[in-house]
Amino acid sequence: MKPYLLAAISVSFFTAPLAVHAGEAPAVLLQLECASCHALTKPENTSLDRLWERKGPDLYYAGSKFNKDWLVKWLQDPTKIRPAGEFYRKHVKPGAKEDVVDEPSLTIHPKLTTKDAEAAADALMTLTGPEGLIEKGAFKNQKVVPSMGTMYFNKLRGCSACHMTAPGKGGLSGPEMATAGARLQPDFIYSYIKDPQKIDKGIWMPKLDISDADLQKLTSYIVQLSAKEDKK
Amino acid sequence: MNSRNSISFSWLTGIGLASLLVFMEPATAADDQFKHAERLYDTYCTQCHGVNRNGNGLNSAFMSVQPRDHSDAKGMGDIPNSEIIDVIKKGGLAANKSVLMPAWGGVFSDEEVSQLAAYLRHVCKCGSDQ
Ligand code: HEC
Ligand code: HEC
Ligand code: HEC
Repeated sequence: MKPYLLAAISVSFFTAPLAVHAGEAPAVLLQLECASCHALTKPENTSLDRLWERKGPDLYYAGSKFNKDWLVKWLQDPTKIRPAGEFYRKHVKPGAKEDVVDEPSLTIHPKLTTKDAEAAADALMTLTGPEGLIEKGAFKNQKVVPSMGTMYFNKLRGCSACHMTAPGKGGLSGPEMATAGARLQPDFIYSYIKDPQKIDKGIWMPKLDISDADLQKLTSYIVQLSAKEDKK
Repeated sequence: MNSRNSISFSWLTGIGLASLLVFMEPATAADDQFKHAERLYDTYCTQCHGVNRNGNGLNSAFMSVQPRDHSDAKGMGDIPNSEIIDVIKKGGLAANKSVLMPAWGGVFSDEEVSQLAAYLRHVCKCGSDQ
């Protein structure tokens, strides 16, 4: 799509309604601007068909998932988290050798003003999802030697097949991990690696059998990755 | 739309359906048999094994071991059914293959794993029970 068209769409879709609804309660803002693509309450239907049809990741447990600072920043200036969009299968096509991302099929995320981003982040942080979804306090925050973390992530556990740890390093079907530590709460990272199917039923990340010790190492590695990014 | 148009439209649809039934029945039956497995494959396996099932998935460019080409009758024909089922459930390591082939036993039921294994035989058009 042409840039000016995108600009026109985002203006008509988002800026205008937001201006009209400015001053509404934050939860109303989410309902009006975000619910068309994101589940804000736990969906009853957890079928595969629903995953194929949903237009964005579920946000009904956003308060147990994201760091608020990251939300406020990202909503004002969204960058690509899933290199092949949501969901990847609908945005790939055969390439010269490997399948490639069909870039024009990806849409740019709505951008919020500072005020709306803060209001939306506040409202999102109240959506904590069902009790027990995330193991609170599971992450012990033990440092991992980077080369050891890399070895676990790439060689021993094969996570890099689906996740990038830096541009051009790793697979494209899962969310990028370079900024995951800034984006996500450590207990969420731990819980998601332990059982992605419990949090996101049917998602195309396997539930693997990983010991607590290894979960700690993988979580530390991901948290440390983005701390490194920040220093750059 | 006026009524004449809609009549001819349904008439054409009727012909279309009839010819489908006459000429496509075997293919349609086969597609139905593999419908669920095909959906599972598209959702979970194409990210590495490719939308054309030839091992050239989106992720394969970055992988040190290449995903198996599921359309290759020779390569797939050499793998016994029991190994295919094991590998889908427990991952590549279960057959001394790469960890980059993940274990899907935590996502699929045994029934679904069997359906996928049968579907792979359909894709490679190769040996069934060795
Ligand atoms: C047109 C559909 C659409 C609308 C409307 C939309 N989003 Fe999104 N949103 C997406 C998609 C698609 C992604 C995934 C982007 C990526 O991974 O790069 C996403 C990602 C997100 C994420 C990160 C989620 C994650 O799990 O990584 C947050 C937070 C978010 N959106 C918040 C919002 C808020 C708040 C609104 C309303 C102001 C909103 N979105 C409106 C489609 C939409
Ligand atoms: C077969 C591909 C695949 C493999 C292998 C895989 N993941 Fe994932 N991962 C995904 C997908 C897909 C998602 C979620 C996508 C979504 O929210 O739309 C995900 C989500 C995550 C998340 C949450 C990120 C977020 O922003 O929501 C973390 C953390 C994670 N994976 C870590 C790992 C680790 C560690 C491993 C190795 C043990 C691993 N993954 C292996 C595909 C994979
Ligand atoms: C994260 C990438 C990835 C995903 C997702 C994936 N595979 Fe694989 N698969 C591989 C790799 C890599 C190999 C090659 C392993 C080797 O030769 O050491 C492989 C090999 C195989 C083999 C051959 C095993 C053998 O004994 O040689 C089968 C069968 C298979 N995959 C089936 C599947 C099915 C079915 C799915 C979907 C449920 C799937 N794979 C999803 C990466 C993947």
